[in-house]
Amino acid sequence: MRYGFLFIFLGLLVPEWVWAERIGDISETSAFEQARRFFSFQDPAVRYALVGSILLGISCGLLGSFLVVRKMALFGDTLSHAVLPGVALGFLWNMSKDPVAIFVGATLAGLLGGAMVTLIKQTTRLKEDTALGLVLASFFAIGICLLTRIQNISTGSKGGLDAYLFGQAASLGRDDVILMAIITVLAVLLIAIFYKELLLTSFDAAFARAAGFPVTMIHYVLMLLLAFSVVIALQAVGVVLVSAMLITPAAAAYLLTDRMHVMLLLASVFGVTAGAAGAFFSFMSTNLPTGPLMVMGASLVFVLAFLFGPRHGVVSRWWRRQSRSAQIQRENTLKAIYHVLEGRSFEGEGVSLRELAEKRRETIDEVRGQSRELKTHQMATLHEDGDSVHLTPEGWQRACEIVRNHRLWELYLTNEASIAPDHVHDDAEVIEHVLGEETVRQLERTLNHATKDPHGRPIPGLMDLKLGGQIMGGPATVPGYGRTT
Amino acid sequence: MNEPFIPAFNWQEHVISPWMSELSMTLPIVLMAFFVITSCGLIGNYLILRRMALVGDAISHSVLAGIAGVVVFTGGLQVTGLFIGALVAGVVTTVLIELIHRYSRVKQDAAIGITFTTLFALGVILINLKAGQVHIDEECVLYGEIAFVPLDQTKISIPLAMVQAMDNLPLAGEFIKGGQLVVATGVLRMAIVTLVVVALIWAFYKELLVSSFDSALAYSLGINANMVHYALMSLLSIVVVSAFESVGAILVVAMLILPGATAHLLSTRLPVIMALTVLHAALSTLLGFHLAKWLDCSIAGALVVAAMGLFVLAWIFGIHDGLLGKWLRQRRVQHELPEEITQSSSLTT
Repeated sequence: MRYGFLFIFLGLLVPEWVWAERIGDISETSAFEQARRFFSFQDPAVRYALVGSILLGISCGLLGSFLVVRKMALFGDTLSHAVLPGVALGFLWNMSKDPVAIFVGATLAGLLGGAMVTLIKQTTRLKEDTALGLVLASFFAIGICLLTRIQNISTGSKGGLDAYLFGQAASLGRDDVILMAIITVLAVLLIAIFYKELLLTSFDAAFARAAGFPVTMIHYVLMLLLAFSVVIALQAVGVVLVSAMLITPAAAAYLLTDRMHVMLLLASVFGVTAGAAGAFFSFMSTNLPTGPLMVMGASLVFVLAFLFGPRHGVVSRWWRRQSRSAQIQRENTLKAIYHVLEGRSFEGEGVSLRELAEKRRETIDEVRGQSRELKTHQMATLHEDGDSVHLTPEGWQRACEIVRNHRLWELYLTNEASIAPDHVHDDAEVIEHVLGEETVRQLERTLNHATKDPHGRPIPGLMDLKLGGQIMGGPATVPGYGRTT
Repeated sequence: MNEPFIPAFNWQEHVISPWMSELSMTLPIVLMAFFVITSCGLIGNYLILRRMALVGDAISHSVLAGIAGVVVFTGGLQVTGLFIGALVAGVVTTVLIELIHRYSRVKQDAAIGITFTTLFALGVILINLKAGQVHIDEECVLYGEIAFVPLDQTKISIPLAMVQAMDNLPLAGEFIKGGQLVVATGVLRMAIVTLVVVALIWAFYKELLVSSFDSALAYSLGINANMVHYALMSLLSIVVVSAFESVGAILVVAMLILPGATAHLLSTRLPVIMALTVLHAALSTLLGFHLAKWLDCSIAGALVVAAMGLFVLAWIFGIHDGLLGKWLRQRRVQHELPEEITQSSSLTT
């Protein structure tokens, strides 16, 4: 955790040595030359744009994570639209794009918007979504009025205010980047210092309040930080799409982990990746605004996490479900083979497909497919032109385990839960595939190491698992049965 | 800068003359604004009731992707193409939000945020790639071009008797040329959309009402709530795309929410709320138009600022639960009750 923050902090120092002398205005046009120029980092505009994008990726990722886990994602959207009048008023302060004046104005406007949402929610019957949408659009409209007014009275000198709408990372100057760095460091430090408090209030506000944490205060500190990170992201991403840089990387990180500090780290990394990619593509094609490109990058990351996230991804889950049901199918085949063998007191080595098909009440072809499936997983071998199935030691062991699990559970339900013996089969049929070794030991202890299930059939024990069919009366010399080690 | 930021208010110039000498410019804009706010506001009422105000926000943003897609595929801005593009975008947004929400552990608010920002970004990129081929740009996306509405005109033939009847009116020459009525195309389209919205709400009033308030009752009455939901989203997309041209993607959200929110503060009966919505639309149109004339700023922006002003007035001075009324009641209670009762009650609460 601490190392994570240290890493981010050190990362912030990198821009200091990147600032070198500018190389002059070169005007290549080919894509390759442009890319080379971008990656040589000798153009100050490129450096500022890149460093700015990285900084905003970090701060938006960190703050966005808290928004997402607090279910306040759209609050970020409202806040980011509400800063627009502040940007315009900050510009009006001395009719120039002064980063500090715009920063102060935008932060104040954002906080005012946030306060208005809370006030509307508290004093009227209107619900949160209405309050959010209302403040978002109203403040944005005030901002639009002010901006168009500025355009109309001072033609030409509005000095890149347009960049605040859709973002233009290329318009970042040295002062902007320094301000962004200061704010990002502040955000990283505050989050590192108050990590425990933020975590607790985000996940269990009632407990935090009971434990004496200043929940409301922490909430407002978070809002202030949020307003800060929105404001510094404005120039590169634009008012309209800042919320995406807050929500999307954090939501992608949320899909990949259950630990908050990992989520913070991942969200920052995703934010930085999206930001840098946006800056790069915007640089490659001069008439594209940066904001939408960054957002597309972040969305791509989200889609990948949504589909292929190892634990929660849609495709991964589908794949797990498929392999799980294939495994259950295999285990049912093994169980059927065991039952056939048991039916003739473990005489003879192989089970013919015909016997298996009769046992499972399926066609020969279906059973043949299932046997081949066992063969590919080295649970069985096929003999006599594929008409006879012989279990391998692994297959025999798993078959014994499944039958044991089934019969133990039946006995448990009958003895301990007092369920009639003819009602326990279906339940055991489901649970036999998921009982772990630990649970089985516990069941055996509880049932006093019983050897017969409620229907009077023997429960395969540890010895059977290890020694194959020997104890049960099966032929010891049969290849594949006896497991000598 | 030689001009003051807030210009001096001139009654003659900012209020009277738009309705006299510039009537042919004023009337289409005002009518357009009124139709946009009315149709949006009426639909918005149901969004507010269903707690879906932010889904409205999402659709109004992602409609841009639909428009941009149509522009890329057909290379133009035909009305039917736009309507189809908007419908597709609206349905895609609704489905995507539902998909993300259902198949991952991302909550609905984040799902809304991700969906509409992605589609909006896609739309902006597509429009930028096609820049110069069509008259649609970033400014139009943000705050519309309602000031250009009067420029695009359509001629409609009307009966001769009407022409003669209208001939006596002042300034009739501005609107009747060669025995034909000349109207702005945008206004005509928006008027039709508004009529369709009103007709649909009137026809399906019961279904909308029941499914908005009590989905279980709706189910028992045989109303397909899911169907109503998608129908409402489709209608919303149509309204948004029609309004888009004149007020832009983001200010449309204000048109959707503000009239309804104001009306909801003043009444709890849906028919009354509907009437108040139309009244709010008319008032904010007039106030906003003159505000824009006075300040010389974006008309669409000024419309929303006026609408917001009306909301704040209703918030403070509302009859039932305005802030002022609440405060007065609270003071009266504190004065009338003996001191110890207020003290003990404050202890118990």
